[in-house]
Amino acid sequence: MRVRYLPLLATMTVFAALFVTGGVFYKHFFTTLVLGHILADNAFIIIAAIGTTFVILSGGIDLSIGSMIGFVGVVMANLDAAGWHPLASAALMLAFGLAYGAFQGFVIDFCKVQPFIITLAGLFLLRGACFMVNIDSVPLRHPFVDAFADLYIPFPTGGFLTSSAMVMLAALAAAVVIAHFTRFGAKVYAIGGDPASAELMGVPARRTIVSVYALGGFYSALGGVIYALYTSSGYPLAGTGNELSAIAAVVLGGTLLSGGVGLVAGTLFGGMILGLISTLINFNGSLNSAWIMISGGALLFVFIVIQKLLVSSFGLGRAS
Amino acid sequence: MSVNQTIEVAPAPRTLGTRLRGLAGHRAVWPLLALALILAVNGLVSPGFFSIRVVEGRFFGSTIDILYRAMPTAMVALGMAVVIGSKGIDLSVGAIIAICGATIAWRIHAGDPHVVVLLWALGAGLLCGLWNGALVALLGIQPIVATLVLMVSGRGIGLMINLIYGGTNPSFESPFLQSLSVGHVGLIPTRLLLGAASFAALWLLLRRTALGLFIEAVGGNARAADLAGIGSRLVTYSAYLISGLTAGWAGVILTADTHISDPVSQGLYIELDAILAVVIGGGSLAGGRIHLGMTVIGTLIIQALATLILTSGVPPEYNLVVKAVVVLAVLLLQSDDARAALTRRNRARGSLGGGSPGGGSPGGGSPKGGRRR
Repeated sequence: MRVRYLPLLATMTVFAALFVTGGVFYKHFFTTLVLGHILADNAFIIIAAIGTTFVILSGGIDLSIGSMIGFVGVVMANLDAAGWHPLASAALMLAFGLAYGAFQGFVIDFCKVQPFIITLAGLFLLRGACFMVNIDSVPLRHPFVDAFADLYIPFPTGGFLTSSAMVMLAALAAAVVIAHFTRFGAKVYAIGGDPASAELMGVPARRTIVSVYALGGFYSALGGVIYALYTSSGYPLAGTGNELSAIAAVVLGGTLLSGGVGLVAGTLFGGMILGLISTLINFNGSLNSAWIMISGGALLFVFIVIQKLLVSSFGLGRAS
Repeated sequence: MSVNQTIEVAPAPRTLGTRLRGLAGHRAVWPLLALALILAVNGLVSPGFFSIRVVEGRFFGSTIDILYRAMPTAMVALGMAVVIGSKGIDLSVGAIIAICGATIAWRIHAGDPHVVVLLWALGAGLLCGLWNGALVALLGIQPIVATLVLMVSGRGIGLMINLIYGGTNPSFESPFLQSLSVGHVGLIPTRLLLGAASFAALWLLLRRTALGLFIEAVGGNARAADLAGIGSRLVTYSAYLISGLTAGWAGVILTADTHISDPVSQGLYIELDAILAVVIGGGSLAGGRIHLGMTVIGTLIIQALATLILTSGVPPEYNLVVKAVVVLAVLLLQSDDARAALTRRNRARGSLGGGSPGGGSPGGGSPKGGRRR
């Protein structure tokens, strides 16, 4: 058992424990139906969080995710009204996400300003752009949207894997390959671990940073596409605050915010834990949204402390 | 402000050209120019912008209004400046405001005297600061993650406090608290006086005791500060206490203004405005510097810009976009690298040791401007 897998193991254990707890307390909780719903409901946020994982692994942060999800939805809805096929507008928005992320990455590296500030400006810019496109919720009416929603693989015991969950799993698989089996992935880990020595080793800082944010932008745009198809509408306030959920999912997944340490796969379980908490609270019925926020924060706290202990007792983060 | 004056003395008088160039490198110049420019455009767009009248026994006018609206954000930003000076960040200030608002409504419903309610609210802010400080200074957790915990859960805690006595967004009446927020003493709005007093108190605390120096030392290099005998933990802790207290104070002003506890939307995104104010004012997230005066200037820039967007007839939908563009422009102007690239293209490349986005980059930008000469 290698040390780098310990946080992932902790995340998976917590997920399994929460799921079993739910099954003990509530009838029909421990079923593939609930699991399928959690996957489907949180697919967009997990996709966006996967992109964020790369950004955080490189030692940066991206706050523009939520606005990107809103913006992609609004533009897709408007293009839908103009007669575009959703796949065409999706392709356009993915390209936009890539370019927008690259732009953010370039400014970050060029100005040597903290990514926090630049992507914060990016958050404002995209959210403002949402309102400029339109201020109402616009439906996506193309028949493809319904066809996409009806596409699913049934599980043996009544559950099903929806199309958005399938896209999410495919995106995850691609991300795992990028992170662990390409040169680019190694460069991201190197820059996140120690930027100075990475540069001395010949890792091109600017190109890597720009690519990381471009990848982050691409994944959050993909999250936006899935969100728009899943809700079959574009709403300018969609995705507000989702950047925090995404960052929380990454942290819960065992990635250190200081960069260089973590696994992309952990983010899947981090996002699923967040989804599981709100499902549990919905099942209870007597608890309100205040509990979702508080338990999210409490869980974050527990995980941070666990990570802290792991780092100090195993020397994780010294070398990856 | 005090720092500006000490730096101003340094160079011997030379030709006008070198003087101007020296001035351009001063960190206070660009934010002040930006503020002057925004105010000037404001004056062009709305003719009566700079006029100040007396209405209902108090000063009234757009410039007063900007100060009035900026005050709570300025309070939060001042605390944020201290935390950022310690190489930290406090994402939870908006949530602290929500908790304070809920505490105020709760204690007023419980029948406490309203002066005691004020202490409760400030105490709640301090308690939040204690929590954040414990995570950062005692457990050694990265500030951005540590304060994320309270940011995520704080608004939930506010909702829970409201639920103690069964209210959703309970309203309250408190002549005392409202007089602090929306009242006026003589011709001047009370909150401006309180803001000035708080600024003075914070300035005295940081600049007339060694605390400010200690925080900057720890923010600049915690290890070196530790070796120099400064207990870096306690000093870091104090930064988060100050931030909790100023956020609580802003929470009192904001809640007394609306006299309703609305944890979901109260002070939403104020942490972002506060961080922006610090950065626009020339603070570096890399830590080691506290610019209280420039932070207030940064807040005023943000507020003056918001007023400009409202009065200039630009649809309010464009508000965020304009804000983002201005922020990017100010950051580009402040960035040494960007300025160098604009003037001399060949110098922009080839500087070794840059390219660290995570905050480790030594050339954090603006603060160097003041020291270089």
